[in-house]
Amino acid sequence: MTHVTMTVNGKVRRADVEPRLLLVHYLREQLLLTGAHVGCDTSQCGACTVLIDGRSVKSCTVFAVQAEGSEITTIEGLAAKDGALHPLQEGFWAEHGLQCGFCTPGMIMSAVNLLQDTPSPTEQQIREGITGNLCRCTGYQHIVNAIQHAASRG
Amino acid sequence: MAVSIVLPKLVGERVKRREDPRLIQGRGTYVDDIKIVGMFHLAFKRSDVAHGRIRSIDVAAAVAMDGVEAVFTGAQIAEMLGPMPIGTPFPSPPHRAVAADVVRYAGEPVAVVVATNRYTARDAADAIVVEFDPLPAVVDLERAMTGQPTVIHPDFPNNLAVALVPSGTGVSPDGSTVDNTAIDRAFASAEVVLSQRMINQRLVPNAMETRGVVAHFEPGKGSMTIWSSTQNPHILRTMIAAMTGLGQDQVRAIAPEVGGGFGAKINIYGEEYVAAVVSKRLGIPVKWVEDRSEAFVATTHGRDILGYVDIAANRDGKVLGLKLRLIADIGAYNMLLTAAIPTLTMLMANGTYDIPAIRTTLTEVFTNKTPTDAYRGAGRPEATYFVERAMDMLARELKMDPAELRRRNFIPADKFPFATQMGAVYDSGDYGKALDLGLKASNWQGLVAERDAARKEGRLVGLGLAMYVEVCGLGPSSSLPTGGWEHSQVTIERDGRISATTGASPHGQGNETTFAQMLADQFSVPIEHITILHGDTGVVKQGIGTFGSRSQAVGGTALHLAGGKVKAKMAKFAAALLEAHEDDIVFENGTIGVKGAPASAKTFAEVAGYAYVPVPLPPGLEPGLSDEAFFEPANNTYPFGCHISMLEIDRETGEPTLLRLVAVDDAGNLINPLIVEGQIHGGLAQGIGQAMIEEAVYSEDGQLLTGSFMDYAMPRATDFPRFELHATVTPTPVNPLGAKGVGEAGTLGSTPCIVNAAVDALAEFGVTHIDMMLRPEKLWRIIHGPRQGSGQGLRQSSGQGGKA
Repeated sequence: MTHVTMTVNGKVRRADVEPRLLLVHYLREQLLLTGAHVGCDTSQCGACTVLIDGRSVKSCTVFAVQAEGSEITTIEGLAAKDGALHPLQEGFWAEHGLQCGFCTPGMIMSAVNLLQDTPSPTEQQIREGITGNLCRCTGYQHIVNAIQHAASRG
Repeated sequence: MAVSIVLPKLVGERVKRREDPRLIQGRGTYVDDIKIVGMFHLAFKRSDVAHGRIRSIDVAAAVAMDGVEAVFTGAQIAEMLGPMPIGTPFPSPPHRAVAADVVRYAGEPVAVVVATNRYTARDAADAIVVEFDPLPAVVDLERAMTGQPTVIHPDFPNNLAVALVPSGTGVSPDGSTVDNTAIDRAFASAEVVLSQRMINQRLVPNAMETRGVVAHFEPGKGSMTIWSSTQNPHILRTMIAAMTGLGQDQVRAIAPEVGGGFGAKINIYGEEYVAAVVSKRLGIPVKWVEDRSEAFVATTHGRDILGYVDIAANRDGKVLGLKLRLIADIGAYNMLLTAAIPTLTMLMANGTYDIPAIRTTLTEVFTNKTPTDAYRGAGRPEATYFVERAMDMLARELKMDPAELRRRNFIPADKFPFATQMGAVYDSGDYGKALDLGLKASNWQGLVAERDAARKEGRLVGLGLAMYVEVCGLGPSSSLPTGGWEHSQVTIERDGRISATTGASPHGQGNETTFAQMLADQFSVPIEHITILHGDTGVVKQGIGTFGSRSQAVGGTALHLAGGKVKAKMAKFAAALLEAHEDDIVFENGTIGVKGAPASAKTFAEVAGYAYVPVPLPPGLEPGLSDEAFFEPANNTYPFGCHISMLEIDRETGEPTLLRLVAVDDAGNLINPLIVEGQIHGGLAQGIGQAMIEEAVYSEDGQLLTGSFMDYAMPRATDFPRFELHATVTPTPVNPLGAKGVGEAGTLGSTPCIVNAAVDALAEFGVTHIDMMLRPEKLWRIIHGPRQGSGQGLRQSSGQGGKA
């Protein structure tokens, strides 16, 4: 067991974990933050995407111990403290950017990173920006609309 | 006195989904999010060979691990669990949830571990040592039909799961007598006959949430609760009860948030049965969640039908006859609906056309592959593909406009309901209207000019067009072994809010929104006052489930009918309260009043409260406001449409790029066009995926080579242009809503229209057919000729289509 300390959604969390424990399993099973999902086992689908120190990362590709000292933001920590939705959450809702919702948390967290880097992306930049996230339901068009919706209000 | 508000009508409006606030905040509860105190985890040891006899299985190292509660081999599971049932009337070989002697596909379970957490369970499964005596594997379906090099199930000679079923012109309804006179005459008299072998390749459904199950048998109560990522919790309950020896009253099945299904979560799987019997045997809750690598081999695949298509026509474009010889590769076992899926291909073989003589035959073959079952469209995309490719080949042969050829052969709009020779009765349709809109919306003539101009520049640009008609809204009960109805119960609560249950079990379809829209209009109350309950057999008394685009057409109608019953009773209470006649009662903007006397109206909640404390109780009425309805449709529904695409192929690399996708879909009346668009987009993505990039490929020894997202091409956002959607509206007479269903439609027209476009783009090379998917290497060889490539090693024909 290895001791880890990290800040998750603004709260300091300490735990003893197996060195092989994936960050996504630490978040989901020990912190009960089940918004990040596990959709594959080869780091292809992006359903587990969270922010580590402000950058989007597939949390199935990171051991919990590697996140030592990091600031983590998960989908549960994205809305404002007063409960106001993040513009991307608003965008996904307004534009029907989700159906089953399984890829959605990861898709939104990737889009947060995308809009940080490129506040006014073209449609092509949006499509390229989310190629690391798979969605089987929407055909992506409403996701693109959702990100455009957020960008126009960001 | 009621507060005066005006409620907007919601049916037909783009209402934002009520499901979304939880899902966009990571607050949805999927199976893997469920934790129960004392819960153990399962992991399955799976066969790494495609065909072999288990010589030995050594679980000692696994059993000895800390945290391992138990290990069960196939033989031990067989003591608790019988062979798995199927839902079709075809003969089926015995199929055990965990193989005890022979494995027949790579990925078949051979043992199961019960451990304190998922990591330990996996470690223990890895520590189990299985030795196989290998048997020859067969993966090619036509080779399998020879019985060489192996017969997979001893009672099925030549691996024929279904030997030969004919249907169509001259075939009696039960298939027992076959008269070839008409079909032979059609082909003998035709001026043109074209023949083509076409592969509708195997696909992996890949819902983003893999399967998962939590089974919790409570010994003190003698009852079982089972959560599963399923499309149909009521069917799950029925099957779990039957397989565990419990009564249906003792099993509660819950489909919590479900992360997509696409047909692959209709089947009730061995892992669900195993979780149930292990929980029951050990008296502990257990969870199993499939890894993606497991899902690729352990969750059913889709499609995989080979079609030999012959089309006979006169030079004026009138089709005289169509023959379709279907051979389906169903993999190693029959699952719940496996054998029935290709029969839907037969049923819809003539598509939107009135073809005078038509004959289909179906053979289903076992191979050493993962079993197939439903995948979005399930048999209908295959039918559409075969007939639309054939029509396109014919247009090319006759040098006729592909739209005009189709128009000459449509079932006329004034012939509905139309009984086809395949045994379907198409409910309503206007195919010419959909085609006209497609041509207009896409500016077809403009596209032709654009294509021709591009060709002058040396670019390889093609146009494709396809019509489709789908059978959905399943029932009636004669067509489904589960029953073909759907159920709903609508309750006006004492505070005037409404809860309604539905047996439809959404997993992305948005029924919490669409069904609430319907009730809001029906009762004229705010949508915020309505809760739609689903996916829990403890709450939803009866149901069938969600598949075959049936939620709205069948489930929505049941809801509407149950709502109508409650509303009628509520009107009686209101009449008593207002001292009026019930026929004069109006529901308006959250109030219930007497026609023409709005000042005396009561609030909805006041009438509800009175119904639960009825002093005095009106004569002839029972207290309370709750009623149910079962809706059994008299027929299926038949939505249709026209899809058009423009495609460019890079001359240097062979890489195809989809430039335009214009879809006209007619799903009848729409409840929420925003949600309908989402459904069509998703279907298009899967249909385009099949045409362009997706394919499950096996090695000759039965290993799935495309067994991960690194190897199987899942469509990504960069694979698509912006889809252009249009609609015609032809309501169905089958249900009072006029709604047909739309979940699968997108997969039907898109696939052939893209292949048609690819053939058009490469027509200058003499190509008349290209098998899917449109791998750049395959297209490059067509462009650059076999001499420039090795010409060897092509797994499939690159499609120099035969001309008769």
